[in-house]
Amino acid sequence: MTATRRFNPDVSRRKFLGWAVASSTLVVAASLVPASEADASILSPPEPSDLFDLTDLLTDATLPTSLLVTVTVHPDGTVAYALPRAEVGQGLTTAVAMIIADEMDAPIDSVQVTLSDARSDLLWNQLTGGSNSVHSLYTPLRTAAAVARKRLVAAAAAQWNVSPDSLSTRDGIVSGGGRTATYGSLATAAAATQTATESVTLKDDAAQAVIGVAQGRVDALEAVTGRKQFAMDLQVPNALPTMVHRAPRLNAKVLTVANIAAVRAMPGVTDVGIVSTGVAVRAQTFGQCIDAVRALQVTWTGGTVNGESDATVLAKLKKAELPLLVPKVPLLTKTVEGSFTFYFRSNSPLETNCAIADVRPDSAEVWAAMKSPVITKQDIVGKLGLPGNKVTVHVVEGGGSFGRHLFSDAVYEAVEASKLFGKPVKLMWHRTDDFRHGRTHPMATSRVRATVLGAEVLTYEQRHTSVATDFTHGIGELITAAAARFPILGPLGFSEAVFTLTQNVSYNYGVTDQLLNETFTVNDFHTGSMRNIYSPDVRTAQELITDQIAKVMGKDPLAFRLAFLKDARLKAVLTKLGQVGNWGRAMPAGTAQGIAVHSEYKSRVGALVEIDCRPATVNRVVADGVTGPRVTKVVIVVDAGRTINPEGLEAQMQGGAMDGIAQTLTSSLHLVNGIFEEGSWDNYYYTRQWNVPPEVQVVIMPNTTSTPGGAGELGCGVTQAAVACAYARATGTMPTTFPINHNQPLGFTPLPTVPPIPQSPTDGLAHTF
Amino acid sequence: MPTHTFVLNGEQVSVDVADDVRVLWVLRDVLGVTGPKYGCGLEVCRACTCHLNGKAFHPCSVQIKDIQPTDEITTIEGLPATVGADLHPMQEAWLDVDVAQCGYCQPGQIMTAVALVKAKGGALDDADFDAIRNVCRCGTYHRIREAINQGAANM
Ligand code: FES
Ligand code: FES
Repeated sequence: MTATRRFNPDVSRRKFLGWAVASSTLVVAASLVPASEADASILSPPEPSDLFDLTDLLTDATLPTSLLVTVTVHPDGTVAYALPRAEVGQGLTTAVAMIIADEMDAPIDSVQVTLSDARSDLLWNQLTGGSNSVHSLYTPLRTAAAVARKRLVAAAAAQWNVSPDSLSTRDGIVSGGGRTATYGSLATAAAATQTATESVTLKDDAAQAVIGVAQGRVDALEAVTGRKQFAMDLQVPNALPTMVHRAPRLNAKVLTVANIAAVRAMPGVTDVGIVSTGVAVRAQTFGQCIDAVRALQVTWTGGTVNGESDATVLAKLKKAELPLLVPKVPLLTKTVEGSFTFYFRSNSPLETNCAIADVRPDSAEVWAAMKSPVITKQDIVGKLGLPGNKVTVHVVEGGGSFGRHLFSDAVYEAVEASKLFGKPVKLMWHRTDDFRHGRTHPMATSRVRATVLGAEVLTYEQRHTSVATDFTHGIGELITAAAARFPILGPLGFSEAVFTLTQNVSYNYGVTDQLLNETFTVNDFHTGSMRNIYSPDVRTAQELITDQIAKVMGKDPLAFRLAFLKDARLKAVLTKLGQVGNWGRAMPAGTAQGIAVHSEYKSRVGALVEIDCRPATVNRVVADGVTGPRVTKVVIVVDAGRTINPEGLEAQMQGGAMDGIAQTLTSSLHLVNGIFEEGSWDNYYYTRQWNVPPEVQVVIMPNTTSTPGGAGELGCGVTQAAVACAYARATGTMPTTFPINHNQPLGFTPLPTVPPIPQSPTDGLAHTF
Repeated sequence: MPTHTFVLNGEQVSVDVADDVRVLWVLRDVLGVTGPKYGCGLEVCRACTCHLNGKAFHPCSVQIKDIQPTDEITTIEGLPATVGADLHPMQEAWLDVDVAQCGYCQPGQIMTAVALVKAKGGALDDADFDAIRNVCRCGTYHRIREAINQGAANM
């Protein structure tokens, strides 16, 4: 229930400009960057990331295109909005519905948020990344909703021949003087005959009744009934299952196929043909695709990283590490240093890469989860040589992303296969391929050196060295576009810009200096971001060294951090965390607490974890699983600026915590001779129930800003760091290799690479329960 | 092509499909029943979990020829009808706790939870939770634990 609101605009408050768009029903619009916000401060040159971060860049990049978000009120009372973003589980559609409902005084279930097809006019404004979505849409959506509400009130006032000031709105109804009218009944009367600007004021924060109140996901019912449709659930006529036979080495190309005709004759198979990533097969069922993929006899070129393994990549990273400067420091200065290695990790969601494509001679249509659909559309237009208006790109809700859907790898394959076969295809990657050939978080090292004199930290240097991260999905274009105004592009281009804009030192560490270098190129490995790009690893190294500095000074880790933190919001988060998490409580030997903080995307977060490294826990046996040290408790305190949906924010922190635990303790890919060993969830050890902490608590701080910060990636890095710190304190040894189990003997027998995918078991009836 | 007959969500169905096709593809690709998801095809992730005669099974690892005409397969779509309601108590609990993030694993999680609670005859303890193998890549594990025992209380 929303509170009744008088229609009484306060003239002293800031005005926002929107539009009523000429239409037969009420259509309102607002610019993605409201005119009143496009002031000089947004155009100021970049500052270090604690003043000006990736969020600003992503928001600022919307300026040149000045585009519209459009909200439609239908005569049946529904309020429709086509969101130019992806929904991949992060709860964006729910948050957006809440923002519109609140500002309009409309019931939340009247707001229908769908995902917009690729809109070329939006350029990089249709990119979902950098945890930026809610931040950049918040004011435009509210402006549009306020225009809608104003027009509906004006329509009622005109019908009743009263002043709009005498009317109020609540739950989708305008009322006053004993009369009421629903928004739906006013939608036609409120429609504009000519597109015209409308100036509105927005609700006071204190008057918001939906924003800030826990709200279940708008698609929860669909999810639990199995009705929620993902790309592979769509029934596109004649789009038959399609899979690709892939190489035994990354990026190898097909040389010969010995038995195309024989495979084409297999049961259910309709088409077989060579595509750029391998050999595509189309069949009546995916089971028959698997059979056909396994039957193909293919020879290959060498691939891009033939002969490379974890050790050779590590050697190249070490060689590429930029030197630490020997700081000029007084005698008696103590040095604290560490050198950390972070192995490749898979950003594979539970839904593997997949897409539907229907390519015809004069048009093309695709369906997939995409976070940069405009870039994808541009690429399809380029590849097919079709005019842009003949290519339709539908964005479908994704079964997770974690950075994976910034790239549309499956879409390009589906387009190629559909064109080759002259038929629609429903293309899906096999799980084994998704781990081996899918995008990874690039392997990286981080070297840190700090110098300490008495109770002061004089210097802090960090050298982060990474296998090149692929930014060709749109953030790249965005930064290129913004480059004129952001003179930050060094020799590494996008990577360096993103590093500079996202990485910071949270503490007063005197002279600080963080640098990035890269090795390999983006064409060698399939890389991308993974619930963030650099932060989780940079953060983990920084927090481990922070604990070491505290130790040298003889200080408690939490007290030390409180004394050295620069930022008041982080200090408040940490203080709360210490209280709620009962920091410093007595714990048995072999167990310990760890603590870490992080700030990014205009938000602040802290994590306190407890870990159990005692043999009885570490040596638990779970068939085909990895146990090891167990995190027994996680407490996260988060200040997301202004919280839209506490329930969604809590979910993001809980999920991020599971990622952080996995990245420190269990999950990585092992590279052996140009291919990863992992091919199943029983090889790639993402957190499973036996690794889940029995206690997980999330505390949300009171609002600290008037606009929301980002949240999607926030919980991951801070938990990764806190778990590492807890492990160091429990075992007395600072971990330097992540995940900590990476160099232990493999806990599984790798699946073969020839044939590239395993057959499904047949003995499932022996395992019912 | 052989014809296979079984009971799906309370209704007799017949499909013409080769003997060795796994039940998951019969459901999804032939019959268009898409609640059960593909996450591995290796009986690992459990995203495909359904019920066979009331017990949990993984259709990605059962060939259609091993399903008998009298066998009753229940997918997430047919779960509410097993209790004669619009939603099964486990689904209600899932909504109440707002478990789902992307939702992709959740049909399988719910089908697993219902079977485990039935087999145990009540609430699960920590050891039971630790033994659940279903993957949730969004990391909703904690809310899953909460929801299972809330659902168990109403089953
Ligand atoms: S798809 Fe059946 S267990 Fe993964
Ligand atoms: S909710 Fe996304 S995989 Fe579980």
